[in-house]
Amino acid sequence: MLLSPYPTPGERIRVALLWLWCGLVILFLLVPILIPVPLSFNSGAFFIFPLEGLSTRWYEVVLGTQRWQSAIGNSLIVAFGTTLIATTLGTLTAIALSNEKFPGRRIVMPLLLSPLIVPVVITAVGSYLFYARVGLASTYAGIILAHTALASPFVVVTVGASLTGFDRNLMRAAAISGAKPLTAFFRVMLPLILPGVLSGAAFAFVTSFDEVVVVQFLASAGQRTMPLEMFIGLREKLSPAITAAATLMMALSIVLLVVANLLARRSQGRRAASG
Amino acid sequence: MSALQPSELDRPALARGRPAAGADPKTASAALRRAEFGDRLRSLALAAPLLLLLALSFGIPIVLLLSRAVYDPTIADALPRTSQALGNWNGQGLPDDAAYIALAADLSNSQAKGTAYELAKALNARLPGARSQVLKTVRQLEGAAGKPPLDIMKAVPFWSAPGTWPTIANGTHALTSFYLLSALDLRWNADGGIERVPPEQAIFLQVFLRTFFVAAAVTLATLLLGFPLAYLIASVPKGLAAILIVAVLLPFWTSILVRTAAWTVLLQKFGLVNGLLLWLGFASERLDLMYSRIGLIIAMTHIQLPFTLLPIYSVMRTIAPSQMKAAYSLGAKPFTAFRRVYLPQVFPGVMAGCLLTFILCLGYYITPALIGGASDQLISNFIANYVNVELNWEMAAALSFILLVFTLALFGIFARILGLDRLKMV
Repeated sequence: MLLSPYPTPGERIRVALLWLWCGLVILFLLVPILIPVPLSFNSGAFFIFPLEGLSTRWYEVVLGTQRWQSAIGNSLIVAFGTTLIATTLGTLTAIALSNEKFPGRRIVMPLLLSPLIVPVVITAVGSYLFYARVGLASTYAGIILAHTALASPFVVVTVGASLTGFDRNLMRAAAISGAKPLTAFFRVMLPLILPGVLSGAAFAFVTSFDEVVVVQFLASAGQRTMPLEMFIGLREKLSPAITAAATLMMALSIVLLVVANLLARRSQGRRAASG
Repeated sequence: MSALQPSELDRPALARGRPAAGADPKTASAALRRAEFGDRLRSLALAAPLLLLLALSFGIPIVLLLSRAVYDPTIADALPRTSQALGNWNGQGLPDDAAYIALAADLSNSQAKGTAYELAKALNARLPGARSQVLKTVRQLEGAAGKPPLDIMKAVPFWSAPGTWPTIANGTHALTSFYLLSALDLRWNADGGIERVPPEQAIFLQVFLRTFFVAAAVTLATLLLGFPLAYLIASVPKGLAAILIVAVLLPFWTSILVRTAAWTVLLQKFGLVNGLLLWLGFASERLDLMYSRIGLIIAMTHIQLPFTLLPIYSVMRTIAPSQMKAAYSLGAKPFTAFRRVYLPQVFPGVMAGCLLTFILCLGYYITPALIGGASDQLISNFIANYVNVELNWEMAAALSFILLVFTLALFGIFARILGLDRLKMV
């Protein structure tokens, strides 16, 4: 309700100014992320409007050259590894924390969230120092481990939210009906919290796929991921191939996060319906 | 909830044919306690894998890094004899000849073990210029057949200069406050007090102040841009609000690196921002926005805007429009109603958004590295630089330590005043 039923001229001006200001803010929000898209289809080698012509040559560079291909491959290996571990362990932890009797819940939750709070350079430098000693630096396992720390909080939070709508009596009913705990989990609990789990998995995937600081410290030359290749490219020489890579990465994260949010909403909608 | 509601009797063991509750109260309550204990144990076991993994992949690395800030055994390990010989030195003037002889022996020994360079580097971190002196002395000790080590040591002026021996004596303690003090541009003076380092050696205070300044500027900018938009989204009908919120979420879901890349394109000399400024007449010539403070603040504001806006919006959404109407009908002018009815209620959201953005800005690394110039690098960039270029882990650790203290302190305030639940976005 922006305007009162009988607006004064002053009020009209204020609301008009609010709309104007907000319109500019929305332009400020959207234009920068949309700008790489047309540039990535530009046939010229410069970032100047008007565009010289339409072409997919920069996408051919990103999808067709060995350097970018191996970066995409590395990103996928790391992101899938991270998603698998973070989703499995994060879901188990969320189930444990949803139990009111869990000892020390108030301490464990901040600890679980701490990877999001600690500045990422500190995490990266610390991992580099420790992983080098135990032989995990420059390995996929090392990068996946470090990414799991960054990604698992999202899984715990999302699955935790979908568990608040889960009726624990269902598990008791399953147990009384003779189901073993594992059977009850896979046939009763998991199907009901699946949207939350998938949503957490999507968050984990995006977190890992977009991460560049930890990778910068832990990856060897052969393990460069797509964001790292972009970072290096931005430092060396600005090529339109970077706008193509940026567009691809943006499309991937937006699609995954839209799905993640729709799933999360669905699992919360179920909560609203059930309670 | 009473003690014997079904929810408390949730263990299968209990449900499956144990003596029914009520038959014998003692057995029943014992079974209940057992079941609850098992329940706790099971939930701990479920959480254990992730907690263990986090401790290994995240906890230990952080602790190890921070310990480097206060624990540096390089000098103590390389100079065992010297540290013994310095045991009865009072710290004034020069130590006796025994200390010189012990130091010569330690230096020769470290050369034989191949640790001389490490020692030279560690001393150099505390006493600029020490590296070449140590390496020179080591070579002379090695090459001088028959010449007494004491004479060689005395012949190098460095070993009798003021400051050298106090630094060595200090370094023979593996636990050190040297790096933490250095990270704040402080040092021990000769009288055992703490003093500021001379202005020409001071680096970090300025970097911390710069980081705080950039964080504050970005926080303020996001508030100025975000508050009105949050208000608008909370006030318009649902369908329109959903469209507007997508405009906030799209950049929020795009990675920081991609958005930084977009800004490097936009801020180029012949980029869109300069074109716009020229066209609007705000500038008479193309500005150097890349590698500048203002470019950095603009890009960081764009990245942080959703972080400030969303917590504010989530509070505004809960405020019923009828409250403002009630204030108007009671005779409040729009501004008075806003200030006395609306603002106090949205204040927690404003605090949450601003604190979150401020805290996140303190740790920025990617954007300053790509868009900032040499004088716009924030504290995280210095940490990375000490690791990558200077190979000075102790200094990187000390800066991390201080950055982490600031971050955690602010998050403590956040959690204390606002609660951790406010961290959830949307």
